[in-house]
Amino acid sequence: MKIPLLNAEKLSVVFGGLSALNGLDFQIPVGEIVGLIGPNGAGKTTAFNAITGIAKVTRGRVLFEGRDITGWPTSKVARTGIARTFQNIRLYEDLTVIENVMVASHTSVRYSPVEAILGIGRVYADERRIRHRAESLLETMGLIDTAGDKAGSLPYGSQRKLEVARALALEPALLLLDEPVAGMNPRETIEFGALLRKIRKDLNLTIGLIEHDMGFVMDICTRIRVIDHGIPIAWGTPKEIQNDPKVIAAYLGEG
Amino acid sequence: MGYDALRVFSVFSPESWIHMVTRDRILTCLAAAGFLVFLWYADSNFSEYSIRILNNIAIFIVVAVSYNLINGITGQFSLQPNAFLAVGAYTAAILTLTPEEKLRSFILEPLIWPLSDISLSFPVSLLAAGVVTALVAFLLAVPVFRVRGDYLAIVTLGFGEVLQVIANNLVPVTNGPLGLKGLTPYTNLWWSWGICILTIFCTVRLVNSSYGRAMKAIREDETAAQAMGIDAFRTKTLAFVFSAFFEGIAGGLLAHLITTISPSLFTFMLTFNLLIMIVIGGLGSTTGAVIGAALITWGGEVLRFVEEPISLFGYYYEGIPGMRMVIFSALLIFVMLFARSGIMGRNEFSWQSLIDLVNKVVGRLRGGA
Repeated sequence: MKIPLLNAEKLSVVFGGLSALNGLDFQIPVGEIVGLIGPNGAGKTTAFNAITGIAKVTRGRVLFEGRDITGWPTSKVARTGIARTFQNIRLYEDLTVIENVMVASHTSVRYSPVEAILGIGRVYADERRIRHRAESLLETMGLIDTAGDKAGSLPYGSQRKLEVARALALEPALLLLDEPVAGMNPRETIEFGALLRKIRKDLNLTIGLIEHDMGFVMDICTRIRVIDHGIPIAWGTPKEIQNDPKVIAAYLGEG
Repeated sequence: MGYDALRVFSVFSPESWIHMVTRDRILTCLAAAGFLVFLWYADSNFSEYSIRILNNIAIFIVVAVSYNLINGITGQFSLQPNAFLAVGAYTAAILTLTPEEKLRSFILEPLIWPLSDISLSFPVSLLAAGVVTALVAFLLAVPVFRVRGDYLAIVTLGFGEVLQVIANNLVPVTNGPLGLKGLTPYTNLWWSWGICILTIFCTVRLVNSSYGRAMKAIREDETAAQAMGIDAFRTKTLAFVFSAFFEGIAGGLLAHLITTISPSLFTFMLTFNLLIMIVIGGLGSTTGAVIGAALITWGGEVLRFVEEPISLFGYYYEGIPGMRMVIFSALLIFVMLFARSGIMGRNEFSWQSLIDLVNKVVGRLRGGA
């Protein structure tokens, strides 16, 4: 068996006595699109926060490319190749659309602050590279016409897409999407699904995503992990999950 | 006929980006030349009092622009510029005084060796003031940036107070409450405005680089900035050290302008004044910091009359010392309540925006006529 790109082992997060996540085992194999689903308050976002170092891991560990990254600071996790989006959209609202994307290329900047001030060395070449990269990502996400607008002024759906563009500018190996199609209409959702597949193929990405839109999840994911009240309850292909009695019980509130 | 003079601008009408860059370069060079002529004229024709105000404006622009980098651009509400100015002022002053002058000044306790034997030129002392202050900021960054928000403000405020106590009690270095007197008035219009322009230039360059974008990202959403790989601590420290460097130099300029420094000069009121400048100018705008600093420094002089006795329509007003601060405080409250973005908001000056503004005003004048 191949080593999964991301492997969360027995991951637990406790917030002051409240167990938000309890022994989650969650693997994302290379090249797949893995869904993390569950009812409200199941601990899905907490799982992403634990993986990216935003929430403190109480027990268990996170392995990325076989390396233990448990407890790493958020910025270090990002630099190692895990980019994410946020459920409650967290753009730099007062910066322009293109600046939002360019911020994520900061880790690839090779010039020093002194070079920036003096305007020597790789400053111009780097800035040109970062801008071109941001422009091509905005082109891909269909946001190039709004490049100069304030990010906060974009409509909801575009803000979600901008978060993806920003995450991609990190050139990640793994992209974690937290409810990427929330608030989109059915047509936008279908378009976004197609776009995501294309990006995955073009950029050779592995994707993990949280989503409540079951049609979208079943359509796009290759594998699905279901959790409820912080506890993992099922793992399998979309077909297996749809027929799992435990999943049906969790969603319909039986037992 | 006044309108026709403005047609000059249309010579450079922007056909392409390249033209605009060329136009902006030409306008910048013209403005710089005009300003040099103004300084040269002011230097030989203005009264000593007016020159003093011009020097003050330049020095406060340096500090406001640097302070805005950490408070406005990076969004870290801190209250330490009075402390950094003090570090810079004392460093530069101790370095420029001659050994004989030091022997005469330090009557309580002699200045410790090797400081007592050192005497450096003004430019070198200014540079040293910047470097020493930047070093202090670097050491301070570790404890300071462990906290955020209100706590950061409190910790930096505390640092300013601690430094006051040190300045008052570390007599073999600072001469205690007596301060340092009889400094040579090296600071002139060329020094203060030269460094002022240098500061603005460096700050704008930094803000427009990837480091500047990282600083703004931290201001907008620190967690989201970190999720994009930005090391928040390092970026904040960079902004802090950078601004401390120029605040230190400004301290050196200030010391050699007023020629006498003592701990009481660097109280929290100084920081409070700077805060008013950058808030009124527009927090997060370098242009705003420049405008705010110029306006408040100049306004402080203009408003001197409110502290002096006035007789108006038979009513006699005695004049209350400190009245200016009341006016400034009221102004700050007004801005906070009704115009939070200040004069510039987060916008920056560009020739295009100035031309647009002129066109708008001209258009309105024409429409009215």
